[in-house]
Amino acid sequence: MSALIEAEHLTRILPAIVPVTLVRDVSLTVGEKEFVAVTGPSGSGKSSLLYLLGLLDRPTSGTLKIAGQDTSQLDDDELARLRLESLGFVFQFHFLLPEFSVLKNVELPMRKAGYLSASEMSDRATSLLEDLGLAGHLDKRPDQLSGGQRQRVAVARALANDPHVVLADEPTGSLDSKSSEQVFTILQDLVRKRGKTVIAVTHDMDIAARVDRRIHLVDGKVVSDERVAQAVV
Amino acid sequence: MRLILELALTHIAGRGRQTIVAILGVALGVGFSIAMAALMQGTEKDFIAQLVDTMPHVQISDERRTPRRQPAEDLFSAVQFEGLRPKEDRRGILNPAAAFASLRSWVPGRMAQSLRTQGVVRYAGRDVGVSIIGIEPEIEATVSSVAGDFVEGSFDALQAGGNNIVVGDTLAQRLGASMGTTIQLVSPTGQSRGFKIVGQFHTGSNARDEGETYVLLKNAQILSERPNAINEIRLRLDDPEAAPRVARQAEAELGYKAVPWQEANESLLEALVVRNVVMYTVVGAILLVAGFGIFNIISTITHEKARDIAILKSLGFTQRNMRRLFLIEGLTLGFAGSVAGWLIGFLLCFALSQLEFKLSGAAVGREITRLPLFWTPWHYVIASAFALGSAGVAGYLPARQAARLNPVDIIRGAT
Repeated sequence: MSALIEAEHLTRILPAIVPVTLVRDVSLTVGEKEFVAVTGPSGSGKSSLLYLLGLLDRPTSGTLKIAGQDTSQLDDDELARLRLESLGFVFQFHFLLPEFSVLKNVELPMRKAGYLSASEMSDRATSLLEDLGLAGHLDKRPDQLSGGQRQRVAVARALANDPHVVLADEPTGSLDSKSSEQVFTILQDLVRKRGKTVIAVTHDMDIAARVDRRIHLVDGKVVSDERVAQAVV
Repeated sequence: MRLILELALTHIAGRGRQTIVAILGVALGVGFSIAMAALMQGTEKDFIAQLVDTMPHVQISDERRTPRRQPAEDLFSAVQFEGLRPKEDRRGILNPAAAFASLRSWVPGRMAQSLRTQGVVRYAGRDVGVSIIGIEPEIEATVSSVAGDFVEGSFDALQAGGNNIVVGDTLAQRLGASMGTTIQLVSPTGQSRGFKIVGQFHTGSNARDEGETYVLLKNAQILSERPNAINEIRLRLDDPEAAPRVARQAEAELGYKAVPWQEANESLLEALVVRNVVMYTVVGAILLVAGFGIFNIISTITHEKARDIAILKSLGFTQRNMRRLFLIEGLTLGFAGSVAGWLIGFLLCFALSQLEFKLSGAAVGREITRLPLFWTPWHYVIASAFALGSAGVAGYLPARQAARLNPVDIIRGAT
């Protein structure tokens, strides 16, 4: 199993009059096809860690390699490119552009990347959305969908450029239990069927219990990192 | 790039009312600037045209700019004169025929020579001081604007046998004289002759209508006892703007003072410059205010779209993309405003040009004036350039702010 993400001694300190340490000396390696849950009490730095891994934030110290590439040498534009092509995000709130249709929202990262023709983008976005059970909603606007549906659109958008890693920040945090279950199943399928690596920050113990690997943070430090053999594959 | 444009247009379209207000602000600014510039430049051109029309473009007189040097000054390096009185000089342009001929060889335009002298008109017991101008009618008609201002008669009538004179209508009224009346003209040398009025003109300038009389050059020379003398050469150039150059050359050639119309009206032209400065300040201020309107809407959008910015950046859009996005939004508003402003400006100009003013007072009620408007695409171009410029700045400042936004701060804030 080759390492997709290699973090060494990652530390993130918020500069302030009294500096706040969000992430403290975290080292971890995540390989292909892993389903990782990051858990911890609120304020333990699990979201901050995710933003660091997702290149949305830069560490105060430590190194981070994505697919073998050292990210500390890259400038902001190069980081943005890497984010666009190698990483996909799903947030607690769907964060879709309200003025654009579901289809256009999913096409957006592809258009930014600019590798595909208009018809290829539209085909790919349609098939992603159909796979996630949104076949009838392509031309609707985000505010016409339910919370669970929106979150599935967000997943489709995260998959748009076929990234290696999908990072999810409390993906079920604002959903009811039924929708949560749907979204979880989808994330699980990403790993099982599409061969993605998913790293999800969650405080939902029900979800955390059903992943391959659990990383528990307290006060920005990794206190446990355990792999779980799942009964059901 | 197309993607950014589409995003920008979506943002703008999503804020209908505010967008319209901002566009209208720019449009009104551009429109009023265009109308105002057209009006200001129109009146200026009109004013100058009248000036150029009524005055000779270059006037060469028998004066010199510096007093003539005394022969002793040329001979000795240090001489001082006291109580010196220049010798009695027969005033006039020396050797006028040669001077006139040499000017004619190179001056681009028409020219007329005349003898101007002071005198008194005497009629029915009234004495009125006037300028007596001796002219050659057929040439004068091509140089002087008075030729077009005749109420009755013309310059040509001067030549119709006997001693004839042309006077301003105000002078005629003051004297109680009319066409055909014979008035007495008295020169400074004491000569006195009767002249029959064969023409009346109305230039609209009181000083001229009341104080100028035209007779044949020959008659003026006889009256002032200066046979063959002239003391004024007036040039009417094909291109009035060439006047200073022509004047300089004529002055160098003849040694007499040659005054271009620009010099003769220096203070008026200076006032026009001040007027222009005032105009550009006001126009600039209008457009600046419009620019603030754009600044306002763009920074509102960037605040409201903070989430979109975070999303786009987390998806992999760069700072430059974000900056461009909001810059385009500002420029789009500026451009839409400019186009609407052209229409407003054009309509305003059209409406203004339809206005009619009846000038009351001295004018006899027959002078209906329309506002002189000057139309040039440059007004449109300059106003839009200014509007786009301020829209660019107004868009750029919030755009830079937006581009710097850290997506993490917004995502944290939202969760």
